[in-house]
Amino acid sequence: MDSDDDFNSSQASGDDFLDDQDSDLGLEDDSDFDMDQDDVGFESQDKDMGPRKQAYEVDFKVFDPQQIQGSQDRQIDEVSSILGQPPEATAILLRHLRWNKERLIDRYMDNQEEILESAGLGETAANNPPKISKVAGFVCDICCEDDPSLDTFAMKCGHRFCVECYRQYLYTKIKEEGEAARIRCPGDGCNRIVDSKSLDLLVAEELRDRYHELLTRTYVDDKDNLRWCPAPNCVYAVECGVKNKDLMQIVPTVHCECSHDFCFGCSLNDHQPAPCALVKMWLKKCEDDSETANWISANTKECPKCNSTIEKNGGCNHMTCRKCRHEFCWMCMGVWSEHGTSWYNCNRFEEKSGSEARDAQAKSRMSLERYLHYYNRYANHEQSAKLDKDIYLKTEKKMQQLQNTTGMSWIEVQYLDTASQALQQCRQTLKWTYAFAYYLARNNLTEIFEDNQKDLEMAVENLSEMFEKPVDQLQGLKVDMMDKTSYCTKRRVILLNDTAENLKLGNWEFNVKFS
Amino acid sequence: MSAGAKKRIMKEYGECMAETPAGMKINFDEQNMTKWEVLMDGPDGSVYAGGHFKLEIIFPNEYPFKPPVVSFRTKIYHPNVSNDDKGSMCLGLLRPDEWKPPNKVVAVLRLIQSLMVEPNIDDAIEPSIANEYKENRKEFEKNAKDWVKRYAK
Ligand SMILES: [Zn+2]
Ligand SMILES: [Zn+2]
Ligand SMILES: [Zn+2]
Ligand SMILES: [Zn+2]
Ligand SMILES: [Zn+2]
Ligand SMILES: [Zn+2]
Repeated sequence: MDSDDDFNSSQASGDDFLDDQDSDLGLEDDSDFDMDQDDVGFESQDKDMGPRKQAYEVDFKVFDPQQIQGSQDRQIDEVSSILGQPPEATAILLRHLRWNKERLIDRYMDNQEEILESAGLGETAANNPPKISKVAGFVCDICCEDDPSLDTFAMKCGHRFCVECYRQYLYTKIKEEGEAARIRCPGDGCNRIVDSKSLDLLVAEELRDRYHELLTRTYVDDKDNLRWCPAPNCVYAVECGVKNKDLMQIVPTVHCECSHDFCFGCSLNDHQPAPCALVKMWLKKCEDDSETANWISANTKECPKCNSTIEKNGGCNHMTCRKCRHEFCWMCMGVWSEHGTSWYNCNRFEEKSGSEARDAQAKSRMSLERYLHYYNRYANHEQSAKLDKDIYLKTEKKMQQLQNTTGMSWIEVQYLDTASQALQQCRQTLKWTYAFAYYLARNNLTEIFEDNQKDLEMAVENLSEMFEKPVDQLQGLKVDMMDKTSYCTKRRVILLNDTAENLKLGNWEFNVKFS
Repeated sequence: MSAGAKKRIMKEYGECMAETPAGMKINFDEQNMTKWEVLMDGPDGSVYAGGHFKLEIIFPNEYPFKPPVVSFRTKIYHPNVSNDDKGSMCLGLLRPDEWKPPNKVVAVLRLIQSLMVEPNIDDAIEPSIANEYKENRKEFEKNAKDWVKRYAK
């Protein structure tokens, strides 16, 4: 079921990613514990509902806490009836095998006693519900109390402690260590898992909620096809069929209901087109080399012509010196007028000829220069995205003032918001194209990639520039701005489709090995 | 700290007094019973033989639901003891996920003694010392003995 064929075929039909895996939240059609449509509280971003999926997009589904709890309960019920075990025991067994129900059923059929034993259930837990009792001559090995009126508790393993100590132990595990599914018996060396019935008996109401919350969390944590949205305080989980082994061929960006875009493979913010392993290596490199590169991202530079200090306060790279009116590119410090022509090469790093780099020192200088070229542009887009956003917020405020004085309706400024969001998204993509390019070994595909990168970059700069126009001119530029916005989005799709398709086919060659 | 925890520590102290493991001495202050000072001799036959090590055992408020915290107050060259002014240890029983409330301090003391005879290389807090122990035992022994002479006499 994990064969590579399954993966490759997904190119033809995106559904295959999900067909070959155990989709426990009910994405599969033939499932007999399918989720009721009524249960789905919101529209999923399913391919059936939106336009045709792009090559860089993956199928995924977002779930809220009730849906997660519901599918967990359904699965427990189903397996419970197959195994003939009560739901409590089934839940422990499922958690014990990290919610792999096939493996559980196989192992259970194979050797029932062994699996029960290893899950801490010993002989059938169906009879004899757990109970609190007083025992003559008992001494608690934790608190050393020996009062005969002491309430005591023990599971099947017989490790008996006073109820107070048992409670305190569970409290420490749940409240302070965040454990839930695999709390072991407090007995020295005992690996028996404290089952949920025992927990319900011993644990206070307020802690029980926390316990069930933690159990639900482990359900998502344990499943390879589920992931929590990493946005702070977000309660949604996302289901996606992309597996770890696929991550060199696909970059699975998903979109949470809370509007956060993140990578299903590594939970970092969306980093298309760069694969997770490349991202990891790049971030490590940037961290290691942060001192060398720091001066680069500084917000001020000198005009290449008159040397007066110029501060960048918008996202746009098209700079005009206030003093001498010289127009230049912030990134390469080249003359801006050359940037529109076909030989615009701001994004590409020109390798120097081999003769210049014969000695080790020259080589290391060149490799630093190469790194800085890409880092520079990577950091610049990150920085510019922030500046774009700032300027948009300022613009929005001014537009609101304008609306109040001129009586323009609210909807007429929506295009600014759309433009700003497109800008953010495109800059995020551009940023990662530079990390991607840094590790790319040149082949016949590189040029197309660099052209796409350049086209997107130009589109972005053109749109970004519009935000620096005086507010009273903006309304007149509405159509132009909307055109530029949709052009940006189009260029982004083209770039991402090209990189994603070639990544899937293994056509990119990299100059390092990713582990 | 709860009365139960105090009772438990008193009881453990009593047990330690009745049957102190060879080569150690425990200083106990009833006014401050959550902090024990232990003087441990380097076990015979180990590289630490002849050294005298001062250890500190701190009982957390949640004791015995959380493990005691052990640190070497005498510098020691050892893969399982942090090579800084803290001299902390965090392995086996001393880890919250390994520790069980019925476990006793005396078991911790025995663990430390056995680690001085044979370090746990797979769970080292000082990877470079662990590596030296594995790859260059002579150098390790030389360093460890050197530190005994310098700090533990
Ligand atoms: Zn007790
Ligand atoms: Zn037990
Ligand atoms: Zn979210
Ligand atoms: Zn990723
Ligand atoms: Zn100038
Ligand atoms: Zn440029």
